[in-house]
Order: sequence, then C-alpha cells, then structure tokens
Amino acid sequence: MIRHSLAIAGGFLLAPGLVSGADNNPGPATDSRLSGGATTVFDTSRNAFSLPAKNLGILRRDNFFIGNAFFKQPWVIAPASTSARDGLGPLFNTNTCQGCHVKDGRGQPPLSKDDDFLSALVRLSVPALTAEHDELVLKTGVVPEPNYGDQLQPKGIPGVKGEATPRLSYQQISGQFADGETYTLLKPELSLGGLNYGALHKDVQTSVRVAPAMIGLGLLEAIPEDVILQRADPDDEDGDGISGRPNRVWSIDQQQTVLGRFGWKANQPTVKQQSEGAFNGDMGITTVAFAEQNCTPVQEKCQQAPGGGQPEISAEIMEKVTFYATTLAVPARRNVDDPVVLKGEQLFQSAGCTACHVSEYKTGELAGFPELSNQLIRPYTDLLLHDMGEGLADGRPDFQASGREWRTPPLWGIGLVETVNGHTRFLHDGRARNLLEAVLWHGGEAEASRQQVLQMDKAERDALIVFLNSL
Amino acid sequence: MIYLRRPVLSVALAGLLMSGFPAVAAEVSAKAVMETYTEIAHAAFSDSLATAKTLQGRVEALVDGPSEETMQAAREAWLAARVPYGQTEVYRFGNANVDDWEGKVNAWPLDEGLIDYVADSYEHEDGNEFAAENIIAGDEGINAELLQSSHEKGGSEANVATGYHAIEFLLWGQDLNKNPADTGSRTYTDFVRGEGCTNGNCDRRAKYLTEVTGLLVKDLQEMVADWEGGKDNYRKEFMALDENEALRRMLFGMGSLSLGELAGERINVALLAHSQEDEHSCFSDNTHVDIAENARGIQNTFNGTYTKVDGSKVEGPGLADLVAVKDEALSKKLIEQLNDSQQKAAMLVDAAEQGEHFDQQIVSGNETGNARVKAVIDALRTQTGSIEAVSGVLGIENLSPESSDSFGS
Repeated sequence: MIRHSLAIAGGFLLAPGLVSGADNNPGPATDSRLSGGATTVFDTSRNAFSLPAKNLGILRRDNFFIGNAFFKQPWVIAPASTSARDGLGPLFNTNTCQGCHVKDGRGQPPLSKDDDFLSALVRLSVPALTAEHDELVLKTGVVPEPNYGDQLQPKGIPGVKGEATPRLSYQQISGQFADGETYTLLKPELSLGGLNYGALHKDVQTSVRVAPAMIGLGLLEAIPEDVILQRADPDDEDGDGISGRPNRVWSIDQQQTVLGRFGWKANQPTVKQQSEGAFNGDMGITTVAFAEQNCTPVQEKCQQAPGGGQPEISAEIMEKVTFYATTLAVPARRNVDDPVVLKGEQLFQSAGCTACHVSEYKTGELAGFPELSNQLIRPYTDLLLHDMGEGLADGRPDFQASGREWRTPPLWGIGLVETVNGHTRFLHDGRARNLLEAVLWHGGEAEASRQQVLQMDKAERDALIVFLNSL
Repeated sequence: MIYLRRPVLSVALAGLLMSGFPAVAAEVSAKAVMETYTEIAHAAFSDSLATAKTLQGRVEALVDGPSEETMQAAREAWLAARVPYGQTEVYRFGNANVDDWEGKVNAWPLDEGLIDYVADSYEHEDGNEFAAENIIAGDEGINAELLQSSHEKGGSEANVATGYHAIEFLLWGQDLNKNPADTGSRTYTDFVRGEGCTNGNCDRRAKYLTEVTGLLVKDLQEMVADWEGGKDNYRKEFMALDENEALRRMLFGMGSLSLGELAGERINVALLAHSQEDEHSCFSDNTHVDIAENARGIQNTFNGTYTKVDGSKVEGPGLADLVAVKDEALSKKLIEQLNDSQQKAAMLVDAAEQGEHFDQQIVSGNETGNARVKAVIDALRTQTGSIEAVSGVLGIENLSPESSDSFGS
C-alpha cells in the first residue's frame, strides 16, 4: 500500500507537553490547537488530511485502512475479474474517490477554458412546477434535467457516450479596498459543449462544485441536532441580518425528512448517505441506498450496459468506506500564539464572521464511534444555510436551500490546503484564488462583514488571512 | 518458484525456550530489549541490502546477456531479496525514519503504464495524467534523477517509478492471468538489444532496470547506516529515548503492521475485492511470501530473534522476556498467537507453492482458499489484541502513532 497512510508522518509538536495531557483529559481543552479534540492529529505534511483520528485505537484501525484502499483504488468496467470493484459507469465523472478528493483534500476547478473538469463537477436541474416535481424535490432535492439527469457525467464506458464536455471561462471583476488597493476576482462562466443526448431543457439550472476536503466529517455528524437548530434564525428575529436556516432533506434509511448537514447546500443527512450518493453520482456505482444507474430515458446504451452486481458496491465494503470517511482526522492548528494570528482571530470575530463560522461545539454521542463522541471541536461552521448574495448564487435550489443559499463550510484545516493539494482555490466552485478572494465574494447575509474587511488596512487584512491559515 | 524461506519451526522453538527460563527473564532490562530491537533492524536491513546487491549483479548479467537463464536468475534474486525485506517492515510504523523512506522502496499498487508498455485492457486511476506515460518509450534520458522525479509524479501515489515493485514489473510484466497459474509473462527478449528486441525500446528498458535496481541498493545503504551501531544516527537517537517511548514505538510498529496494514489493507482488501489488482506483489505472484515475512517480522520483534539469510541467528532479550517479568501468562499467550499466525500464513504459503497463488486463493467462489486467507486475518487480529494488552502491562497508556515526545519539538 501506499506508504504514508499510517500516521507516522513528519509532523512535529509545537508544545509537546500539552498533547498527551489532552488525551487523558478530554475536559477541554484550553489547548486551542486541538480543532478536533482528542481526534486531532499533528501532521503538517502532504498527508495532513489522510490520517485516522488520533484516538482511534489500534484494534479499530483496520477498517480505516480497508476503507482507505477502496477510496483510492480505481473502480473498473463490468464485468471484470475484480468483481467487488467493477461496475464503473456506464456514465461517470471519475473512477476513484481520490480522483476528486485528492489526498483526501479539496478539488479545484479547471483553470482555463481548455482544461477538463478533474476534481470538480456540474450539477443540473430544472425548476419544479408540478405536484410530481414537488414529490421529486421532497425525495431527491431537485427535478433532474430530463435528458442529462441531476449531474453532468462527461465520461462513459466504451459504447456509451459521455454526456457533454463542460468548460469554464473566467471573467475578471475589479474592486478596491478603502485604502485604495485594488483587487481582481474571477467570475466563472460555464459552457457545455458536445451535448450527446439532445438539447438541454430551456430552463436548465447548473451549479459547478469542487470536491470538498474529507476531514472531520464524523465530528460534524456528531454535533447534536438541537445545538445546530438553536442557532437557526430563519426569519432573522434577532435582527442581526443573519438568518441561518437548516436544510431539511430526505433520509433514505429513515424514509423521512431530516436535518441536512453535508454537501455545499447541506443536502445530505449523513456521511453514509453522502458517500453512497457520491459513489452513485460520481462513479456510476450502485449502492444499497442508490440502487439505480444514472441513466435517463434517452440514454438507452447506458441503460443496456452490463452492471457489476446489485448493488455494485456491497454493503460491507460501503461500510468500510463510510468508516474511513467518518474517522479521517482534523489536523491541529499551527502558530496559535503568534500575535498576528491572535490579531487576525480578533478581527475575524469583530467583523462578524463567527456569526456563521461558529468556532466551538461539543459533540454528542455518535453511535459506534466513541472516539468522536463528547469531543470539544472547532470546525468554524454552523452547518446552516445562508443567503450569500447574487454574486455567489447558483440559482439552483436543492431541497429547502434556495438558489442563493449555501451551507457555511467548515474552515478547519483550510490553511493546509496548499500543502496537501498544491492550490488555494476556495468556495463551492473554486473561483477564489486565495482566502482573501473567498472572503471578498461573500455577500448577502455576509455583506456587512465584507464591508468591514474592505475597510481594513493592509496589516489587518494580512492578519485576518494569517489567522485563517492557522486553522 | 525458488526462494529462501525461513524455517518456521526454529523461531517457534526459540520462543518456547525463552519462556521456559523465567529466571533469565527476570534480569531483562528495557534497554537490553531496545538494543536487541536495533540489532535485529541492522541485521535485517543488512540482509536486505546484501540480497539487493545480488539482485543488482543478476540484473547486470541479464542486461549484458539476455536469456531465459539470466532472466530467471534475476527473478530468483528478486524473490530472495523480498524475504529479509519483508521482515523489516515492522520497523516502518513507529520509526519515522523508516516510514518517510519506505515510499520510494516499497510503494504499491502502481499504475505500471507510467513505466512501460501495458495491455489494452489496462485501467488506471482517472485523472492520473501520467498513468500511461511509458517512460521507457519516451525520449528523456533515463537516469536515477529521472526515476526519482517521476516517483509520485503529478501528485499521484499510483505513479510508482522506483523500488521493489517497479523492478518486479520490469522482471515479470503485467499478470494478465490468462492462465490461473501464470505470473506476469514478460520474456527476456524485452531486454535484447537490436535484432530480436520485443515490444520496442529494449535498450531503454535495460537502462531503466539497471538504474532502478541501483537506486534500491543506494536506498537500502542509507537505511543500513541508520541502524548501524556506534554511529551518530537514528539508532543512537532511538537508544537515547525514554524507555517507554521506545517500547511504544516497537509495539505500535507491531500492532500497526499486524492489523491495519497487513490484515487490513494488504490481505482483507484483496479478499473483499477478490482482486489481484489489490495484492501486494501482483506481477510475480509473490504476495504469500510478503504476508508470511511481514508476520515473521512482528514475531521477531516480540521474541528478540532474527534468523539471517545465511542461517545464523541474531538473538537477545526481547519484549517477550520483558513482558514475562510482569505477566508471564500474557507473554506466553502472545508467543503462541504469533506462532499461530505463522502457521496460518504457512498454510497460505504452502498452497501458493503448490500453484494456487494468493490471487487464486482470494477469487470469488474459492471457499477453501478464501477461508485460508481469512484464517490469517483472524490470527493477526487476535495477536493484535494481545499486543495492545502487552502495551498496557508495560505501562504504555496510549498506543497511538504520536506521543508527546515522539518527534521532539
């Protein structure tokens, strides 16, 4: 296997004495480095996102590494001798989880109009107009585009044409800070060429998404629902300009509508359902929960292609991958006592960022994962939906999320993205080329915070970014 | 297939003898156990180096005079080299110097199309733009620097350009399993220069093989130096560690290899996937040896014994003795469990030697083979439970990869 998967790695401890103390004393953590409580790992190398929760006992680690292997190895075209890993497609985006979640980290959009989508994808839908549509929205979040479904899959197995070739081009938008310094943002524009299954619906809604990092997902699942809902303020009754709405999504296991936590619009309730959805949508692998291939009625060859078993990923292997995705650790913060970091942290608060990027939670009990339960964590998210303004709007509702709303993404680990993934592209479609650009794209409920950042002088802006990079 | 294999029995006897003399065990110090551990590391890496040098000589002979015989001799040397190396892998987890180094030496699985020609049916990691690069068919000068820079090229771990498995691919070729008993089917003619060269670029392929084998030797020299006594090196650093920290590294290495790596990723993944693509040494069908030797390395660490390739023994006070002072029953139990793992692995090895390679034992529907593989997994899991118990007895509270003083400040 590939070498660095076990957690040795070249990490070093900044203040060694504190760590073992935190292990024995979950009672929290005055140690602000421990973003994931006792699960926190101290690795600042390229492997920083790929380690198991630090407190995962040695007897619990085999499932992690088994899951990791299935996360990394390619799925192949059925039928194949590799019977447990066949069933790729017929239509798909990529053949491994890791292909998009590179090093368990963050994907990026194509950087120019000639580049393919490698770790990003395009979601599709049409407006819900009928009662039948409403039923689809209740169960799947969207009304799929009639010919192409709810996600564009540029690739097909031999004999099945990929759906289309997505391309991004960028338009430059200029702006200025109060101190006169100018900046340029890139606004992506999507085009779809080589449509192989007919015209797109005239009212098609599209949304470009990059793969999010995989760290700390189990901890987010372990945050008690009532704690999340306490922060919801859908009608902004407290008048702070920030609403915060929970998405309410369909749980396939429970066959009812529940709180959404995962995905750019919080459209999945659990790590398991999110992971199964990704197998099905991104790789064309059927799962227990998503038993149907992604073929629309006009995609006959797709429908006729041989499958790799029903489901193509067994419940047993799915469980291992889910275990892996649930226990990937959050790396510790760096430089927490640096005066510039502390200044940036204070600015982050005074600019109102923490109204949505909520720093601290105590997790509840997560069944089957004592390691993740009752941990003091610092994810910097409220897991709620917020109107982020016209600039970021994709105009594509998903369950109860509007076309202007996005879930507050967690910020833990964000300062290590460059080390792990070799880029600094942020936001749902990766349009921001660095953290400051990401901040400047905030609008809607975050407009007041953005205005404060525009008023900051250079040293303050730098401190804010230095703080974010310490996460 | 011919290769050297440690006799299982001698190690088992050593374990029994040790537990028979509690009076000796009572005098055991942690420092002495650490000394044995480093001595065995030095011996096993030295054996790995020596066998790699033999391989290098055979590769030279193959490249200079390609023939059935020189090809076979090179393959046998590769197989022999895997025996001591497999026993060093227990040092990887717990010792950062080994773990950081290991990727260039033993990385797998690989997208072999990076290196050389592959069959049309070759599938690889999507988005790995170098998965079918075929360095050998390219025009960049082949030298050590090129190979090193191609390793993990483009950030993909599947781009393995160096180490044992890159050499394995060049000596065997893809195992397409047209016939279950087949290994990879590369012929010596792939190295014939001029007339008679098959699959093109034989001179570049020969150069690649020469360079990659040279790199392996060089890398192993580094690791031997890390464990040599009386030098300012990792061994010295290890011996200066707090005793508990040193024991933690030893036990974490044993436990990590035993369950997460060996039982989990190396065996269970292949079994769950029923797929040779998920086996360790897929080109040569040598995975059974990897499994048995990895497990033997764990046993070596606990018992404080190592049988060198030349048959001589390196022995000293082991963890087993140290544990016996505090909990003799537990020490005995783990010794027995380690023996049991060896026996279960030996059954897998025996089947493989009779032609039922690991990739056949894991295929869907081979219930006997699957059960044989499962028995190894179960034995490794059981012994890992005792490894954890042993840590508790020795006062190591948290058998985790990092401790407060693991890596200094």
